[in-house]
Amino acid sequence: MKINSPLEAYKFLPGTNCGECGETSCMAFASHLIDRSLQATDCIPLIEEKKYKKKYDELVTLLAPEIREVVIGVGDNAISIGGDDVLHRHKLTFFNKTALAYDVWDTMEEADLVERVNKIQDFKKFYVGDYLTLDMIAVRSVSNDPEKFAATVKKVMETTDFPMVLCSFEPAVLRAGLEVAAEKRPLLYAANKDNWQEVAALAQEFNVPVTVFAPNDLDLLKSMAKTFADNGIEDVVLDPGTFPTGKGLKTTLNNFLKIRRAGINGDRDIAFPIMAVPFTAWMAHDDEVSASYWETVVASIFTVKYGDIMIMHSIEPYALMPQLHIRDTMYTDPRKPVTVDPAVYEIGSPTADSPLLVTTNFALTYYTVESDLSSNGVDCYLTAIDTDGIGVEAAVAGGQLTAAKIKKGLDDAGFDMGKLTHKVIVLPGLAARLQGDVEDETGAGVMIGPADSGRLPGWMEQNWPPQK
Amino acid sequence: MSNKMKLSGLTDILKDLDVQSLEGVTIEGDIELDISGGGGLNPAMAYALGHEAAQISMHVANIARMLGYPVDQLFAASMGGVPQQAPVAGASRIPELLPAKFDVSKMSEWATPIQEVTLGATSADGGSRKNTVTLGGENALPYYFDAEMPHRNYVTMDVFDMPISMAKSVKENYGDVINDPADWAKKVVKDFNADMVTIHLISTDPLIDDTPAREAAKVVEDVLQAVKVPIVIGGSGNPKKDPEVLEKAAEVAEGERVLLASASLNLDYERVAKAATDHGHAVLSWTQLEINAQKELNRKLMKQCNVPRDSIVMDPTTAALGYGLDYAYTNMERIRLAGLMGDDELTFPMSSGTTNAWGARESWMKESPLKQDSDWGPREYRGPIWEIVTGLTLSLAGNDMFMMMHPTSVQVLKEITQTLYGSIEAEEIDITKWIGAEV
Repeated sequence: MKINSPLEAYKFLPGTNCGECGETSCMAFASHLIDRSLQATDCIPLIEEKKYKKKYDELVTLLAPEIREVVIGVGDNAISIGGDDVLHRHKLTFFNKTALAYDVWDTMEEADLVERVNKIQDFKKFYVGDYLTLDMIAVRSVSNDPEKFAATVKKVMETTDFPMVLCSFEPAVLRAGLEVAAEKRPLLYAANKDNWQEVAALAQEFNVPVTVFAPNDLDLLKSMAKTFADNGIEDVVLDPGTFPTGKGLKTTLNNFLKIRRAGINGDRDIAFPIMAVPFTAWMAHDDEVSASYWETVVASIFTVKYGDIMIMHSIEPYALMPQLHIRDTMYTDPRKPVTVDPAVYEIGSPTADSPLLVTTNFALTYYTVESDLSSNGVDCYLTAIDTDGIGVEAAVAGGQLTAAKIKKGLDDAGFDMGKLTHKVIVLPGLAARLQGDVEDETGAGVMIGPADSGRLPGWMEQNWPPQK
Repeated sequence: MSNKMKLSGLTDILKDLDVQSLEGVTIEGDIELDISGGGGLNPAMAYALGHEAAQISMHVANIARMLGYPVDQLFAASMGGVPQQAPVAGASRIPELLPAKFDVSKMSEWATPIQEVTLGATSADGGSRKNTVTLGGENALPYYFDAEMPHRNYVTMDVFDMPISMAKSVKENYGDVINDPADWAKKVVKDFNADMVTIHLISTDPLIDDTPAREAAKVVEDVLQAVKVPIVIGGSGNPKKDPEVLEKAAEVAEGERVLLASASLNLDYERVAKAATDHGHAVLSWTQLEINAQKELNRKLMKQCNVPRDSIVMDPTTAALGYGLDYAYTNMERIRLAGLMGDDELTFPMSSGTTNAWGARESWMKESPLKQDSDWGPREYRGPIWEIVTGLTLSLAGNDMFMMMHPTSVQVLKEITQTLYGSIEAEEIDITKWIGAEV
């Protein structure tokens, strides 16, 4: 966005502090515009009253993200990519997490195709209160046959609501796909130096977003993007080519760095979302594990550095899990609190016989332990000790988790050990060395739990209730 | 058809449309629709208004088309859409590409180089190492086009002075050497291509074996005998015992320019710093995910303990993928950016305890403890990639040296970081054929 202080945004607001947006003042609202937690359309007078129209229009222009936002798909499964305003996440946050697309191809047997699509759309991993999931299907035309391609696209649409990328350099093939799928707003892949006129015409005719592909040629890439945008095709995605190995990979990284820096610095002609195709790793490696590993490595690089959408092939869990987590890593809002409030939390419906567990107030640790317990139906008391948001192992090493801290945490929470029949505190396995100190400090018995809370349910079976 | 239709002719066209009922709609001279609904539109009304407005605009567009204006292009441009009648293929082709030259400037703010720190000493410098390792020296974020990176990334592999609990897929590589730190060190250098070795003296912890510092120092001597690469010496992490352990280790390693791990704010860092300066070693400045604490400790090491700038490496803490890597990444990236922009309390090379990735359950647990999860697949493939992605991510934040455990992780991390560094050649691949690739 072109402005970066609430004061600059405030000038365009009514200044009446009417409160219709739910904020106490226009200045408070303005600060939300700058941190992008609210939008100009959330100011009701600004959009409803004619006299503010000009201000509203100006404000919207000023607030528009530097990198254009492109929507792929429709309805609940639609995915936005791009929309970033910063080069480093600590400067604000990255918006619109990298969309992860996995391929199918038009020479697959129908049963295999359906099975693969289902695997992609069903993959899920629970993580801090929610599921990490994949996003899209990329349909590759291997046969170059428009009919086959259309049939494959149709089958994918029947199987999933995931948005699609239609992949071919042959305009007739893309057209066949669009005739089946245009209403689902797929992303076209791709216009290149040879076919760009026809692909541009398809993007216009069917009103769908389109990728421009110019491997390691940023002048051509920019030229195509500019030409498309000037002709009304604003939903453009850039593919500068993903060379998977050697100097080519280094060049690819630098192309991504250059494109994004230019875009954030205000070069509108290149300020579009970027696509990486880690799939190309499969062209460099023969065995599946090496290819999956290298594909994941390439995907990780471009998740960290500015890839907004990616196409991959491996759907092995050992590839998908790190890909999902590195994406979550980069797109977690760094402004969100690191900690939960120190307290004794009730998990399930604990009674006087339920265990009293200890963990830290680092949000990730707390939520991991909490989900391990609640999803396995363990009723207990879980104490989050104030360790300044540091995890168990590091907090024991760094002195943020001590016997005194544990005593204080229980006291501050007003927890009455007397109400427990067993008078036992269960420490995390990684805090085992505190056992003696905690016994001395609290006068309670101390048991040592497993090093990983995922093993708590099994540990409970073996060790709970404690032997008298 | 008249070429002379005037705006006044609009009225005649509009007559045919049922717009009279639309109160509050007026058309001004500049063809601007003025919709003053007052108290808000209900959806049905809004739809009706929208429909009528669209009808009007179609007629106005027809007028414009008669006047020879390229209406269709305008529509496409302003609405991202196309006119109702699809153009015959080729009819509306964009004739040619607009010329464009891509250009981007280098970062002028990155004006301060990162300090170079050399570890290990050869016989020329009074040591017995075959080679040295130099970290740091960057003038830009790693692998960036703004400036060549002077030194590649290095991996130091972990060796322990006693058997420890390890993930199964890590342990199976070390079964034969687990009771002998010297053999263990040899193995990681010879078989696993480690650039350096870290000897962790964990048995010195009073809560473990309480091995006396003097005895632990003998293990350091054994390791220095066994390998000729530079080494890192780690304590047990016990803040009371570590200064003494590191003092004795520093003494026996005199002349070898080891890295002492570590000085931190929660132990007697002065003793660790003095052990380093007295015997010509470098010191690892370890803080926990807090840039200001890192500044404070570095400042104390420099000002209060007189550690030379070329003898400080930072460990700002590594949290594993899925367990706080976002904090670790951003903390390192901020530290490196601050250094490049001139904060001389942060212009030091960085080290990562990448081995921490093995604490993540995804790397070692047989299956997910949560029933709702999809199958996690074989853990022997999950573990190494967890360590690789954790390290790779931090390499992009500016980390120079990686402390690691699994041979596959080390091999892949070295290959990827050296690829990005630019020293790995590979056969060029024709990626324009990727769509049709048979895989």
